[in-house]
Amino acid sequence: MTGTAAVPEPVLLGVRHHGPGSARAVRAALDRCRPTAVLIEGPPEADALIPLATDQHMRPPVALLAHVAGEPGRAAFWPFAEFSPEWVALRWALAHGVPVRFIDLPAAHTLALGVGDEPGRVPGSIPRAGIDPGAGTGTGEGITPGAGDEPRRGPESDAGPEGALGPAGAAHPRTDPLAVLAGAAGYDDPEVWWEDVVEHRRGEGDALAPFEVVAEAMGELRSALGEERDTDAIREAHMRLRLREARREFGGVVAVVCGAWHVPALAERRTVAADRQALKGLPKAKVEIGWVPWTHRRLSRHSGYGAGIASPGWYGHLFRSPDRPVERWMTDVARLLRAEGQPVSSAHVIEAVRLAETLAAMRGRPLAGLAETVDAIRAVMCDGSDVPLALVRDRLVVGDVLGEVPDAAPASPLQRDLDRQRRTLRLKPEAAARDCEFDLRKDTDAARSRLLHRLRLLGVDWGEPLPSRGGLGTFRESWRLCWEPELSVRIAEAGAWGTTVEGAATAKAESLAREAATLAGITGLAERCLLAGLPDALPVVMRALADRAALDSDVGHLAQALPALVRSVRYGDVRRTDTAALAEVAAGLAERVFVGLPAACAGLDTDAATEMRGHVDAVHQAVALLAGTADEPAAVTGPATTPGLRDRWAAVLKVLAERDALPGGIRGRATRLLLDDGRLPHERAARLMGLVLSAGTPPAEAAAWIEGFLGTGGSGGMLLVHDERLLALVDGWLTAVPPDAFTGVLPLLRRTFSAFEPGVRRTLGDRVRRHNTPGPGPDPSPHGAPAGFGPALDPRRAAAVLPTMRLLLGTGPEAVTTEAGPTGTGGEPV
Amino acid sequence: MTVPGIQTDALRPHAEDAFAHELKALAAADDRPRPERWRLSPWAVAMYLLGGTLPDGTVITPKYVGPRRIVEVAVTTLATDRALLLLGVPGTAKTWVSEHLAAAVSGDSTLLVQGTAGTPEEAIRYGWNYARLLAEGPSRDALVPSPVMRAMAEGMTARVEELTRIPADVQDTLITVLSEKTLPVPELGQEVQAVRGFNLIATANDRDRGVNELSSALRRRFNTVVLPLPATAEDEVGIVARRVDQIGRSLDLPATPDGIDEIRRVVTVFRELRDGVTADGRTRLKSPSGTLSTAEAISVVTGGLALAAHFGDGVLRAGDVAAGILGAVVRDPAADRVIWQEYLETVVRERDGWKDFYRACREVAA
Repeated sequence: MTGTAAVPEPVLLGVRHHGPGSARAVRAALDRCRPTAVLIEGPPEADALIPLATDQHMRPPVALLAHVAGEPGRAAFWPFAEFSPEWVALRWALAHGVPVRFIDLPAAHTLALGVGDEPGRVPGSIPRAGIDPGAGTGTGEGITPGAGDEPRRGPESDAGPEGALGPAGAAHPRTDPLAVLAGAAGYDDPEVWWEDVVEHRRGEGDALAPFEVVAEAMGELRSALGEERDTDAIREAHMRLRLREARREFGGVVAVVCGAWHVPALAERRTVAADRQALKGLPKAKVEIGWVPWTHRRLSRHSGYGAGIASPGWYGHLFRSPDRPVERWMTDVARLLRAEGQPVSSAHVIEAVRLAETLAAMRGRPLAGLAETVDAIRAVMCDGSDVPLALVRDRLVVGDVLGEVPDAAPASPLQRDLDRQRRTLRLKPEAAARDCEFDLRKDTDAARSRLLHRLRLLGVDWGEPLPSRGGLGTFRESWRLCWEPELSVRIAEAGAWGTTVEGAATAKAESLAREAATLAGITGLAERCLLAGLPDALPVVMRALADRAALDSDVGHLAQALPALVRSVRYGDVRRTDTAALAEVAAGLAERVFVGLPAACAGLDTDAATEMRGHVDAVHQAVALLAGTADEPAAVTGPATTPGLRDRWAAVLKVLAERDALPGGIRGRATRLLLDDGRLPHERAARLMGLVLSAGTPPAEAAAWIEGFLGTGGSGGMLLVHDERLLALVDGWLTAVPPDAFTGVLPLLRRTFSAFEPGVRRTLGDRVRRHNTPGPGPDPSPHGAPAGFGPALDPRRAAAVLPTMRLLLGTGPEAVTTEAGPTGTGGEPV
Repeated sequence: MTVPGIQTDALRPHAEDAFAHELKALAAADDRPRPERWRLSPWAVAMYLLGGTLPDGTVITPKYVGPRRIVEVAVTTLATDRALLLLGVPGTAKTWVSEHLAAAVSGDSTLLVQGTAGTPEEAIRYGWNYARLLAEGPSRDALVPSPVMRAMAEGMTARVEELTRIPADVQDTLITVLSEKTLPVPELGQEVQAVRGFNLIATANDRDRGVNELSSALRRRFNTVVLPLPATAEDEVGIVARRVDQIGRSLDLPATPDGIDEIRRVVTVFRELRDGVTADGRTRLKSPSGTLSTAEAISVVTGGLALAAHFGDGVLRAGDVAAGILGAVVRDPAADRVIWQEYLETVVRERDGWKDFYRACREVAA
């Protein structure tokens, strides 16, 4: 090296990313050696963004996000938690007025490289679990832009300690360095080993000593494990160059905070020329970079991106608590459990601490770690049960912390993605409300509709759907667009969900599905996913839906959920999206309703029975729709299940209609539905009605039956007009109701009959009068037709409808003539 | 109570006798610190239960097959002065674990109180030898100590089986023992203080509702460890098959060569309903109110075997177990029946090769 003589050696602080012990040690080391500059492993493009770290509105966890300009899907993340050593170093330097630089390979190269390395990677595609392709140990995260919204594990990835943690490490041909060290120390789990020797140490002694030990161990490992990967070599060359530059510029002691794995490489002496050579000819991409808010959940491994730290909440606690971490932790847990109604006393806390410490001693660990505390909490505070423990894991071990980024931070990639789409779709953000109508058969309009639906899922209510003006058409959608300034804030908030509108909406929908409280909420969500064109979110939503349906024992909930679900199936059908999975779930849901309905109808009071009657109607329609969809040859649903769906529903209705113990309204409705479907002969319906309306049934029950049978929509009146027998039964029953009971049933009957159209009511009245006063008027029964009707079809009058029918159906004249005959008769009674 | 000396022809020898050589080898190899009056260190106790090989080549057989964590927490609890409560459905080896823990820690697993609805206070505190009481008046000699009292005096591990079956007022006599570590004898104006090394292991069944729940005052004195059901279906099929075989032989039922498939089916049904999810993990199910423990699966299969042997063709078929399963699953006639029907319609009907079972169940349920 050139100027070594004058400049003291740099302080190399090798850390494990997101290690609270490392963070503490870094702070102590910086306090001690008072460097003239701090260099941090991270993308140099972010140097300009560093001052924002002290902004009062900046609250970790946050992440630096770099993505290729115009392609937010190709992105890389460097997350920082409060307890990340890098974050601590950053804050320390800013607080002490010491210059800070990021020294890793520029994101421009890493992003370009990542794409080059992996021809198969489609920008914006779903990120693979592993994070860095090369990952695992040794590689920088930088290298592999995790695609899409999947945050990678971030800077840490480096080899160091953390590399070891990710599953990616397994894929990598090289052994996990941490595992080697841990194995040498007699540990099965490398993470536990690292915690014991580094993270759980609390600082006495020389602040720099631990770093020397770690550096030495890493040096041994690097020589034992052989050559590093190319990408590592390139990154380290770059770091060395930047380090040299900084030492020349600032003089004095320069501190470097980087993954422990890189420390030996930075200490190595290589010529500038060799390092320059290594960096020559790297591909470059235009990159945009910014701060985005992050969450503990995304830091944690639970989020499904395969790498990260398992317990950010616990680490945060270790970092924050000045002393007695286990005692403080147990107190927090007790407080949480108490708030949730679990009886936990201080005595419990004491015992839990003792058990955790004894366990740690038995397992030979210096301090009770997460595993010991969790075991102790389960045995002492949770009565051995995992249920309250799950709460502890979720709220404390992982934690609900949500980061914040100041408004001054540059626009988020999500915002840029939205801007880009807005331009393509020619949708201007205007403050004034504007109504527009989309024809979903056109690509642009369909894309606009999808964008608005996605934004709504993200809580950005730019557009508000209006009831369609065109009536029932499935191809039209009406929206009211109105851009309000606070929507920008919402978009910034939504940035934590992903970098593209689609990715973020998918992530949000999946999270909503997991948290949804009611079954109907999830079916609604499924519908929204279809509208928003988020096929990737559907499997998760469907799974949540199936799970909840299976566990929900309230048939009412199931019946409520079914119609929306069936609508989704229909809708997807119209749009030719693949809804096979949806149809399967819907069929399963229907099946559960069938099984549970008869039992659920028993023992209901009047209000509940009325509500249940509504459910029966809704399920009836849904089943008809569902069976209709499934019958189409295109549908993929299992042939074994669907043909019988209607039949099985009819069987359920029969049970409902004939079981005496059920409320009258429901029995009546079931009878009517069967009758309308032609599954119940008229004689049988009449017999059922006769039974109900005979003296043995309390009048109120009979009136409820009539209400159920004749329906509240008024369609039942026509039935009475046409069926002499039914009318006679009603009439006979009504006249036989005892006077004191009559006042009781009157309101019900009035409600039922007043819903009929006036014409129908008049006809009914006429016929009842005629029926009761035999003599005048034409004899009702010479030709078997009811009074007021001709003996047979009147072709002349029936033909008058045909032109209108043709118009309605849009068919040729021949098609109509064959069909109009039979259908026309019912429609022309007067 | 206990007869001193080892009976070699005992039908079932105590754990400390049956595994005496393992305990001896462990004690010899064990160089870690032992709590006072413990025969082994906590580490060696855990090894005794979980199995392993000692440096001198002695193989320690595993006594408990299950998560290591559970054994570690249990042993650690005994090393503190908190009592240990083992919870679990029947057939999860609670008694077995408690016996072996006592044998390894104190070398004596016989200080046992069997909990029943009729367990009196004397079984936990002390009774009197009335002949002596009348002849000599109240004295220490006329007092008959309970196993708990002996364990306290000698610093041993006492065991209480089926704690939740003991009437609540009798249960609560344990509170003084566990918190004050003393047992007063007011008749003599004396007390028996527990010496170091004393602790108590209780077992209880956590699925039987309606028995005597522990008062929270008592519950607080225990660290609770829940023993899980067999982790995999294969484990459970193995357990059921082995037990059925033993029972079948003692009932002189003919051996059934093809029964294993039917056993697997019964175990699958039980596990799926118990766990509330199908074996492939794709469909959630409701769980019925019954325990559906391994023990019940065993009795369903045994009953099916008897049916097949006496009224069928000697081969265990779907029809032979269907009625038994229905009886085990449908405990609450209203809610459980719906759950069972849902299961039949949404899971069983669609499953390949289960047609016969579906039909048999439909027939029984009708």
